[in-house]
Amino acid sequence: MSNEHSGATPAAGETDFGRKAAMALLAQATVQELTQFWGQWADKPRVETLRGPETGLVMVRGRIGGGGAPFNLGEATVTRATVRLGSGAVGHAYALGRQGEKVRLAAVFDAIWQEPVHRRAVEDAILTPIAQRLDDNLEHRRAETAATKVDFFTMVRGDD
Amino acid sequence: MYVAVKGGEAAIRNAHKLLADRRRGDRSVPAIGLEQIVEQLALAVDRVMAEGSLYDTELAALAVKQARGDMIEAIFLVRAYRTTLPRFGYTKPVETSLMAIERRISATFKDLPGGQLLGPTFDYTHRLLDPELAGDVAVEVPERRVESHEQTPRVTDILGHDGMIESDGDMPEGADTGDLTREPLSFPLERDLRLQALARGDEGFLLGLAYSTQRGYARSHPFAGEIRIGEVEVELEVAELDFPLTLGRIRVTECQMVNQFKGSSSEPPQFTRGYGLVFGQSERKSMSMALCDRALRARELGEDITAAAQDEEFVISHSDNVQSTGFVEHLKLPHYVDFQAELDLIRRMRSEHERRHTENNGTQEAAE
Repeated sequence: MSNEHSGATPAAGETDFGRKAAMALLAQATVQELTQFWGQWADKPRVETLRGPETGLVMVRGRIGGGGAPFNLGEATVTRATVRLGSGAVGHAYALGRQGEKVRLAAVFDAIWQEPVHRRAVEDAILTPIAQRLDDNLEHRRAETAATKVDFFTMVRGDD
Repeated sequence: MYVAVKGGEAAIRNAHKLLADRRRGDRSVPAIGLEQIVEQLALAVDRVMAEGSLYDTELAALAVKQARGDMIEAIFLVRAYRTTLPRFGYTKPVETSLMAIERRISATFKDLPGGQLLGPTFDYTHRLLDPELAGDVAVEVPERRVESHEQTPRVTDILGHDGMIESDGDMPEGADTGDLTREPLSFPLERDLRLQALARGDEGFLLGLAYSTQRGYARSHPFAGEIRIGEVEVELEVAELDFPLTLGRIRVTECQMVNQFKGSSSEPPQFTRGYGLVFGQSERKSMSMALCDRALRARELGEDITAAAQDEEFVISHSDNVQSTGFVEHLKLPHYVDFQAELDLIRRMRSEHERRHTENNGTQEAAE
């Protein structure tokens, strides 16, 4: 499994994903995926919701000329949640959109992921399939776009 | 004495009920779903997100449906909605150089690294109505071509290596990024605020102004250096974590316009630039934005300000279609008292006019 998502560094030895990469994948999961994973998750922890899920806005920024000084492009909806497990682990999640249940479950899995005994299981059962789907989508789109690439050829005009 | 007049509650209630009925239309026709709008009227959704200045496809689709397809009404609805939500923060600037590209073309370099990728474009279609689309015909699966990943550097960076073009726009050291949703605009503006206003500005208004620059009002001799459409990652720094969080991906359109510049006493002759960045897929808007951005840099570049498109206060004050429609459409609201006052005034002026006329005639007759 690659770590190209958000380029986070894996924690030593036991993990394929850093927390940044893990949270990025959870943010891009679908509510169906997370609901299904949660349904299948054996030994569900007790979950206490500390915050949210609540929806708000972020102001998305661009850069002048693409790489210059920042400017404010426009807002986007974002939903966030924070949960605490029975073990005391606290999980956070933020994701574009307004899907409260998805974000709450993402926070739950962020918390579970932080417990070293469960990290491997979260990665194998949840993060890897999400990463796989995102990679496949990206590859699929890339191939469709590549098929629209212009192959220039030169018309040779005979002068003699 | 001011006498408040009330009334019309029942009429308004019934009018809104009628609106709901007409919006639904013929009940034997299935109601349109938000998913259908998001999937099949995607560019309408994109426009509402861009000018509503809120990225949320489902909300934009709902606005389109509620507004019966009236884009400015839909944009208005989205703008109103955004005022109901708290602001969590400002994201890190999106990196368009890392975009997952769905379309990318340059009108200045044929053989640029990464190539010309046409993507899902209306260009080169014949603009003939397709009767087949009236039905639900099966659509072919698009072609795919698996290639090794090629980098797609920005055209402006390629030109930049030779010093032929100015660099990406910088702001003065330590300048805060302006936000017109937080502070009222006060002219003159810095370029960051202008770009924010243009990014949410009316596509038609900016298109007209952009066209005017091509027709000789503020000539800037533009080339479409590069247009790219695709998804970029959005990252936010939050207090509870010590790394920027990835929130997801949004689709944007970026336009790098390249323009001539003869140089000045301090700058050598080089290409200058106009920049466009818009939510969603909207080439026309991003190109118009880039042309307007360049025209509005007249002051900065020491050019004569001779045309409407160069007049910052004129362009920015009138580019917002929610503001424009609010003021134009408010004329529909009752102005009975205002008008009564004007009517009285005209009556008085007329009787004055008639009195003078009679007096003049009287003096004339006496003189004869």
